Amino acid sequence: MDILNAGVALLNFVVVPAAAYGAQLALGALGVTLIYGILRFSNFAFGDTMAMGTAFTIMVTWAIQALGIAIFPLPTALIALPFGIAVTALIVLFTDRIVYRFYRRKKVDPIVMVMASVGVMFVMNGLTRVLIGVEEIRFDDGARFLFSVQDFRAWSGLTEGLSLRVSQLLTLIITALVCWGLFVFLNRTRTGKAMRAYSDNEDLALLSGIDPDQVVRITWIIGTALAVIAGTLYGLDKTFKAFNYFQILLPIFAAAIVGGLGNPLGAVVGGFVVAFSEVAITYPWKKVAGYLFPDWQPEGLLQLLSTEYKFAVSFVILIVVLLFKPTGLFRGKSV
Amino acid sequence: MKKLLLASAAGALLAGAAFAEEVKLGISLGYTGPLESMSPSMEKGAQMAMKEVSDSGKFLDGSTVVAVTADNTCADAAASVAAVERLVTSEGVKGIMGGMCSGETIASLEKVGVPNGIVMISPSATSPALSTIDDKGFFFRTSPSDARQGDVMADIVLARGIKSVAVTYTNNDYGKGLADSFVKAYEGKGGKVTINAAHDDGKADYSAEVAALAAAGGDALVVAGYVDQGGAGVVQGSLDTGAFDTFVFPDGMVSQAAVDKFGTQLENSFGQNPTAEGEGHEKFVAMAKEAGFDGTSAFAGESYDAAALMLLAMQAAKSSDPKVYKDKVMEIANAPGEKIYPGELAKALELLAAGTDIDYVGATAVELIEPGESAGVYREVDFKGGKLNTVGYH
Repeated sequence: MDILNAGVALLNFVVVPAAAYGAQLALGALGVTLIYGILRFSNFAFGDTMAMGTAFTIMVTWAIQALGIAIFPLPTALIALPFGIAVTALIVLFTDRIVYRFYRRKKVDPIVMVMASVGVMFVMNGLTRVLIGVEEIRFDDGARFLFSVQDFRAWSGLTEGLSLRVSQLLTLIITALVCWGLFVFLNRTRTGKAMRAYSDNEDLALLSGIDPDQVVRITWIIGTALAVIAGTLYGLDKTFKAFNYFQILLPIFAAAIVGGLGNPLGAVVGGFVVAFSEVAITYPWKKVAGYLFPDWQPEGLLQLLSTEYKFAVSFVILIVVLLFKPTGLFRGKSV
Repeated sequence: MKKLLLASAAGALLAGAAFAEEVKLGISLGYTGPLESMSPSMEKGAQMAMKEVSDSGKFLDGSTVVAVTADNTCADAAASVAAVERLVTSEGVKGIMGGMCSGETIASLEKVGVPNGIVMISPSATSPALSTIDDKGFFFRTSPSDARQGDVMADIVLARGIKSVAVTYTNNDYGKGLADSFVKAYEGKGGKVTINAAHDDGKADYSAEVAALAAAGGDALVVAGYVDQGGAGVVQGSLDTGAFDTFVFPDGMVSQAAVDKFGTQLENSFGQNPTAEGEGHEKFVAMAKEAGFDGTSAFAGESYDAAALMLLAMQAAKSSDPKVYKDKVMEIANAPGEKIYPGELAKALELLAAGTDIDYVGATAVELIEPGESAGVYREVDFKGGKLNTVGYH
C-alpha cells in the first residue's frame, strides 16, 4: 500500500504535470528547430507567434460558442484551431514577404536575421495586445478532469490522490499525432524530402530543381502550425496571457538546443528533458521517503535544490550538453 | 521700510500665484509586464482626480493639470528609472503618481525622485523597505506597509484555528517582504511554517512549486503573490493535484478575478486586503462606474487618492514646486479639518484657497502615518458560495 502511495504521489506531482508541460515544449521546440534547420536562424518571434495564433484561436472559439456549437467533453478551441493556424500563417507569410525575404536575398549573416526576428517579435507582441488585450483569458470550456483527486481516492482507497485533466491528456495525444505526422511528412513526401535537402545543402538543392520559395513557404506554414498548436494547448492547460508566451520562449529554445538545433527528434526529447529536469530535481522527497521508509522521519524536506533554481537546472543541463556535445544530444547543427 | 516689506510681500504673492500654468503630473505604472492588467484602472483613477481638479477652474488660479504617462514595466528597475527620468527631465512633471511595484519604486525614487526633488506618491508599493528608505520627505504612499499586513494575516489565520501552513511568495520585494513579515508574526504567535518558497511570476509552468509545497504539507497554503500571475498558477496547480484546498490570500490575490477564476473551489479559503469601508469608497466606485471603469479594481482608489493628495497639497502650498508642497501632504491628509470625499475636490480647492484646513478622506479613507504611508484598514474576506464576501475589518 505504502509503495503504491509513494508511486501515486510521484505520478500526481511529477510525472503527469511534467509530461504535459514537456509535450507543450516539444511542439514549440519542433517549430523552432524546423525554422532553424531550414531558414537558418533562431526565430525569436516564435513565442509571440504562439501568442498571436492562440489569440486568433480564442476569437474563433468565441464565435463558434456564440453559434452554439460544442463538442463536449472536448474544448471548442479544437474546432477553432485550424482557423487560428490559417490566419496566423497568412500573417507570418506576410512578415516573411516584407522582412525576412529582403535579408534572405541579400544572404546576410544569421545574426542579422535573428535581430530582424527580434524586431518582428516586438511588433507581434504589441499587435497581440491590441487584438485581445493584456488580460488573462480562460477558454477551456470542455470537461476539466478525466478523473479528479477525489474520484481517484474513492476508487482506489489510497491516501494519495491522482488527477488527470482532459487538457493534459489532449496535449499528450495531439503532440504524439503531430510528431508522427511531421516525421512521416519529412521522410516520405516529396515536399518533405525537398525541405530536408534544402536544409542539408542549399546550393545542391537549387541545382536539383527544388523551388526555394516554396520550401520557405511550407516551412513557415508548418512552423506556424506547430506554434499555434503548442500555444493553444498551453493556453487550454494553463490560461492565455500574452505575457506568458514571451516567457515560454526561453525553455523552448533550451529544449531545442539540448536536443540539437535543426534535429526534429532532438527537439521532442529536449522538450521532455527540460520539463522533467525542472520538476523532478527540485522535488522534495520527504513525502515519498515517508511512505517507503515509515520508520525514518527526516527533519528537512529532502529537497536537492529549492524551486527557485529550477531554471538554473535546465540551463546547467544545456551548458553541460553544449560542452561535451556541441551539436546537442541528437546530432543537430552546432550553434 | 514698511512699504518695502509690503511690496516684497505682494511680490511674493504675485510670484506664487500670479499666472495660471499648465501643471504636468507624471503617472508611472507598469503598462506592460506582470501587472499590466491592473494598470488601466489605476491610471483611470488618477486621471479622474486630475480631470476633476483641472475642470474645476479653481486650482492655483485657474491652472490646468495634464497627465503624462510612463511605462515602468513593474519588473525592470532600470526601465523604470529611465521612464521616470524622462518624466522629470524632458516632460518637467511637478510630481509623480507612482511607482507601482516595490522594487522599481525604490529604484526610481532613489535614482530620480530624491536627487531631482520630485514628490512621488505610490498607490500600490507596499514593501516594508519603503518605510525606512531615506526619502528626504519626497515619498508618500496611499497604501499601508506589508509589515502590518503580515501581522494582521497571522492573526486571521490563527483565529481560524489553522496551526501549520505552507507559504509561497512571488519572488520580488513585495512578495518577499510580505512573506517574511507574515512568517515572523505567525511563528511568534505559535504557528508552524512548513516551507517558505518563492515562485517566479509569468513563468510557463508551476508544477515544480506545487510539488514542493505539497510535499512539505500544512493545513493551508498562504499565497503572497498576484492573482493574474504566478499566484494563480500555484493555486490552480494545487487545486488540480489536490495538494491544498484551503488558501490564505493577501492583497495581491484578493480580487474579483480570483472568484471568476476559481469560483466555488475556494469554499474554505479566506484572505484580507487593505481597503476602505464606508462612504468614500462607495462614492468612488459610483464615480468610476460613470467614467466607465471598475472602481473596485485593485489600487484604483489608492491611485485616485494619490493624484488628489498631490494636487491638493499644491493648492495648500500655493505652489506647484515639489520642494514646497511636499510639506503640505501630511497636513491635508489628516485631521483636523473638513472631511473631503471623492468628487469633492473642487470644494477642497476652494477651502484651501480660503486658508481653511481640510482632512482628505478620499476613496480609501486616507490617514497617513509617519513616514508618510497609509495606516491601513484591512478587510477580512472569504469566498463562500463562489462570491467575495466581507467578513470584518481589522
